[in-house]
Amino acid sequence: MTSPHDKPNDGGVPVPVTPAGATSGAPAEHPPSSPAGRGMFGNQGSGDVSGFGGLVRPRRPIAGAARPFGSYFDEVYDALEEAYPGFADAIEKVVVDRGELTLHIRPERIAEVCQVMRDDLALRFELCSSVSGVDYLGADERRLHVVYQLTSMTYRRRVRLEAAVPAENPHLPSVTSVYPTADWQEREAYDMFGIVFDGHPNLTRILMPDDWEGHPQRKDYPLGGVPVEYKGAEIPPPDKRRSYQ
Amino acid sequence: MTTSNYATERETTEGRVFTVTGGDWDSVVSGTDPINDERIVVNMGPQHPSTHGVLRLILELEGETVREARSVIGYLHTGIEKNLEYRTWVQGSTFVTRMDYLSPLFNETAYSLAVEKLLGITDEVTERANTIRVLMMELNRISSHLVWLATTGMELGAISIMLYGFREREYILEIFELITGLRMNHAYVRPGGVAQDVPDDAIIKIRDFLKLLPKRLKEYEDLLSGQPIWTERTKNVAVLDATGCLALGVTGPVLRSAGLAWDLRKTMPYCGYETYEFGVPTHTDGDVWGRYQVRLAEIRESLKIVEQAVDRLAKPGPVMVADRKIAWPAQLAIGVDGMGNSLEHVAKIMGQSMESLIHHFKLVTEGFRVPPGQVYVGIESPRGELGVHAVSDGGTRPYRVHYREPSFVNLQALPAMAEGGLIADVIAGGASLDPVMGGCDR
Repeated sequence: MTSPHDKPNDGGVPVPVTPAGATSGAPAEHPPSSPAGRGMFGNQGSGDVSGFGGLVRPRRPIAGAARPFGSYFDEVYDALEEAYPGFADAIEKVVVDRGELTLHIRPERIAEVCQVMRDDLALRFELCSSVSGVDYLGADERRLHVVYQLTSMTYRRRVRLEAAVPAENPHLPSVTSVYPTADWQEREAYDMFGIVFDGHPNLTRILMPDDWEGHPQRKDYPLGGVPVEYKGAEIPPPDKRRSYQ
Repeated sequence: MTTSNYATERETTEGRVFTVTGGDWDSVVSGTDPINDERIVVNMGPQHPSTHGVLRLILELEGETVREARSVIGYLHTGIEKNLEYRTWVQGSTFVTRMDYLSPLFNETAYSLAVEKLLGITDEVTERANTIRVLMMELNRISSHLVWLATTGMELGAISIMLYGFREREYILEIFELITGLRMNHAYVRPGGVAQDVPDDAIIKIRDFLKLLPKRLKEYEDLLSGQPIWTERTKNVAVLDATGCLALGVTGPVLRSAGLAWDLRKTMPYCGYETYEFGVPTHTDGDVWGRYQVRLAEIRESLKIVEQAVDRLAKPGPVMVADRKIAWPAQLAIGVDGMGNSLEHVAKIMGQSMESLIHHFKLVTEGFRVPPGQVYVGIESPRGELGVHAVSDGGTRPYRVHYREPSFVNLQALPAMAEGGLIADVIAGGASLDPVMGGCDR
């Protein structure tokens, strides 16, 4: 019997290959069900006509916006430039899309930028609504993005900050000292994506069990790729079940 | 403890032991403080009738006083956000509705608004669809607040209010069943509009409810507001001021009970809320009592919105966007086995039009494509800001959907409310946050 990591070559002899989960954050014994961006449950070359099987999604880099950005975005941009001395160094890109402003920030600057965003009188983003992670596997070398949704209650504005870190060195400063509400949300991003927030008071898993291996919401972590034991029998993960093969 | 000639001390495995040899007993007693020196750690939950769900609390106590409180969550984690990435955009509605099981229609609406914003069809959603969304959300807000009142009452020892709260909530669930076919987990609000129109008998039932509930609300207030035990257990308990709320990201009735009238329906309107007349109730105490007052007042404001929405429903119109590449091709109908495609539609695709059949098949199995990009949409759920961060990579399935769950964020405030207070007030404070663990853990 061949292990899932052995791939048959032309002669039909299994040769060992590097476990696909070894670098991906998935448990090594459960390699990803499908290369990210391709198909559903690894279904390829089958009679599947649903469109899931052969679907390859192009991942185009997002283009930055040019001045003027429109709406209140120019005001926010200028106010931040005035209030924050390291502005030119910290801002990587400005994206205006669907009526929302996204400032791409160098990850090591994120806490400083948040501090200015909160404290400057022309900005006043008092509330950090949400912190979440996104894994842009295959589209960005720094594939793990942390997305901060800031809300200014004074001016009734929203701005999104985005910081990208590579999976090999997923470190960036924690913003908990500026926004204490980010505490659990950063823990969730750590739990789900393995992003490490330096300076966080207690960066532990929050939703998954403490001894869980891997970070489930990374794109190369399989959906249900873990066999389930039920009454002594082992139920295979979905991608190994007949209906999806 | 000052050194004393009266008592020699030595360390043992049990702690410090004094041998009193006579003289001033009082100085020995004041030096050790046997009540406050002894800290014990108490585990509460995750299966506990008063923790408002499968929430686990670890409390460090000095006597009756809570010195440290830590909440442990994740017992209801179901991986909904991950699952969404493997289903079409429309199928997402059936997942998100199961997150916060007390406010399913808010989950669906927030998700639909995000998908519509990604598609760029926000303005194409019909007036009637928006009216129905508002109607359903406000009924849902009432039912959620009623469950809050019921469970909080029960946790603080008022059993009657639990029965009453659930009784009136049942009435709303019956309305939901009439409209959506299901009491909970409706998947009724879909990207592009709502699944089907509101039937006439539901309107009659809603109007009956509008007459009934104000009387019942009066009864609740008669039962609780003047009740000395209720006021003792809620007034000046678990206080959190507006500054604390903002730092900890707490929104919704808890923030409004601290005096800040921040309500996304007013401050960043969606679904046409700016066209309805209603108030934003606030309170200044920032305690459990204030949150009780705010929620009761919000039920009354919601009733006003429901009434206006029902009046507007007199004008007929479509409940889905006209774009046939987004809207499912069938007007759904409730049959004997539940909700499904209408018989006329099935007859058409099976008997008359091959193209309709292909189109139906592609749209249902593969789904529509959503242009790449990301959006964030926040709506005012019964618990606070319910935000959806949705990312598309241009495919037929969501690339990433993150829910900013008010239960999750608000629960962080529990230590700030509980520490330094009595252990009994942990229950009152936790209940006043109204966390729903299904939403919190997702």
